[in-house]
Amino acid sequence: MSEQTIDLKKRRFLTNATGVVGAVGVGFVAWPFLSTWKPSAKTKAAGAPVDVDISKLESGQLVRVLWRKKPVWIFKRDENALDALNSKDLISRLDDPSGTGNSKNQQPDYVTPNYRSIENKESVAVIVGVCTHLGCSPTYRPEPGASDLGGDSWQGGFYCPCHGSKFDLAGRVYAGVPAPTNLVIPPYQYVTDSLIRIGIDQKNT
Amino acid sequence: MKKNQSWIDQRFPLSKVWNEHLAEYYTPRNFNFWYFFGGLAILMLGMQLLTGIFLTMHYKPDSAQAFASVEYIMRDVEWGWLMRYLHSTGASAFFVVIYLHMYRALLYGSYKGPRELLWILGMVLYIALMAEAFFGYVLPWGQMSFWGAQVIISLFGSVPVIGPDLLVWLLGDYAVGDAALNRFFSLHVIALPLILVVLVFLHLVALHHVGSNNPDGIEIKENKDKDGIPKDGIPFHPYFTIKDSMVVVGFLWILCAVIFYAPALNGYFLEHANFVEANPLKTPEHIAPLWYLTPFYSVLRAIPPLFGSQFPGVLAMGAALLIFFALPWLDRSPVKSIRYRSPIYKWALGAFVISFIMLGWLGVQPVTPLNALLARIFTALYFAFFILMPWYTSIGKTKEVPTRVTE
Repeated sequence: MSEQTIDLKKRRFLTNATGVVGAVGVGFVAWPFLSTWKPSAKTKAAGAPVDVDISKLESGQLVRVLWRKKPVWIFKRDENALDALNSKDLISRLDDPSGTGNSKNQQPDYVTPNYRSIENKESVAVIVGVCTHLGCSPTYRPEPGASDLGGDSWQGGFYCPCHGSKFDLAGRVYAGVPAPTNLVIPPYQYVTDSLIRIGIDQKNT
Repeated sequence: MKKNQSWIDQRFPLSKVWNEHLAEYYTPRNFNFWYFFGGLAILMLGMQLLTGIFLTMHYKPDSAQAFASVEYIMRDVEWGWLMRYLHSTGASAFFVVIYLHMYRALLYGSYKGPRELLWILGMVLYIALMAEAFFGYVLPWGQMSFWGAQVIISLFGSVPVIGPDLLVWLLGDYAVGDAALNRFFSLHVIALPLILVVLVFLHLVALHHVGSNNPDGIEIKENKDKDGIPKDGIPFHPYFTIKDSMVVVGFLWILCAVIFYAPALNGYFLEHANFVEANPLKTPEHIAPLWYLTPFYSVLRAIPPLFGSQFPGVLAMGAALLIFFALPWLDRSPVKSIRYRSPIYKWALGAFVISFIMLGWLGVQPVTPLNALLARIFTALYFAFFILMPWYTSIGKTKEVPTRVTE
């Protein structure tokens, strides 16, 4: 046995092999630790739909409800506001007015263009009140011509106090503001004419 | 006494460690005001750990109870207000000390060889400290806690492809809520303090290996007497332990004045909106992070969205932080200290300090077109300081460096 020399090649191979197996082991052990950070079963179960009674919603009024822990706005737009959403002047200042570009996946396919609400119920908008920039909840500024928001060029909408993003009364983002996309329209349906259910898609009729 | 000491020394290197790191650790004799802040940073770490331990005894990490439990500490726990204000105002004081400590490194080239690793360990500490501060600010569950967390965590959501899933994983929910508060509490009171203490230990090991730099930026180890003791060095203990204890007294005097008379410092150390409980339906009119994070927040806001994504701004913010790591290799100057640097370097450093302060100031201001423009200008200046450094540190006439420390 005294003749035996150290086989360095073999030793290096065994060291490397042990290292690789050890690293795989660390990966397997890390998985349960990292997985504890995922939403728990209880959290996942809490995403139920929310019903909102709009029978007392006045024109211009906005109510906020929590759906999946996010604020959702339900508000009523008058005729002037709806007309403004179609105006060429406004549309020219929006980033993606038709919702086909950057904002392609920000609304269900059954909402109408420009108004971004369910057909024949155009006046009532349902929008997730979370800025698409960094998650603040924008402020409701429906009054046209607000001097701090650009005066005559402001036709009513939402202003994000965190980083100055602007949206119109259909939640469409202005061009040149920090927010990259339009506000999200959640899936929703009318259970009756005065009851909106947020979180479930409208049935195809 | 002697007998006890040798009994211990045979079993634990007590005298050896004492001598190597205190009684026979030679420190440059020309230290000035700027060298107070390393020791003060350790003092602040100790104070935050101590007050934090006692706050944890009364605080409840539950989104339904957190806000009320902080108010309970403030009103009903005996001396609870002092623990809380020492901790919250202490956090800002910690950053004041750290920023002055880092500025000292810029002034005297303390990041230059052979102290590159010392600098890098310090930068890792700085980032860990920012994370610690952020998690801590979420815990009182006020409006700023909630919306600050929302904005910072949303930064991760802007990562292409994996962003949305990453966001849900980080929050443990589809929005900021109880799950996030709970894990932030765990990170704030266990994970990050442990990491900070270990990093401080490594930072000190690296420092004692290479020795302190000094205002002249010369290596005192290159000039030793026949006993191998640096001619310009004096033992850390008792000389600097005594001097630093006087500094601690003065520093605590100022800190206590702030804690007793202006603990929130008019919204700069504790923002007004954080005295209102978190409300996920309503963002406060004006939100900004605390002052020590605002320079980087300004860089984030200065970059407009590109290709329908906020990610470029997030990258710029990350780069503003990470570029500090490259500093030892960007600086090509043959001298360390500002005393012997070329005039062009002094201008560059001045411009950098102004842009850092201006970015910090802009970060607490609301967005206006003028502010956005200013933020872009100062962001450009900020990065120019680093990117142009190899050029402007290799030109310009430096002064001759003496062989022995001055004064």
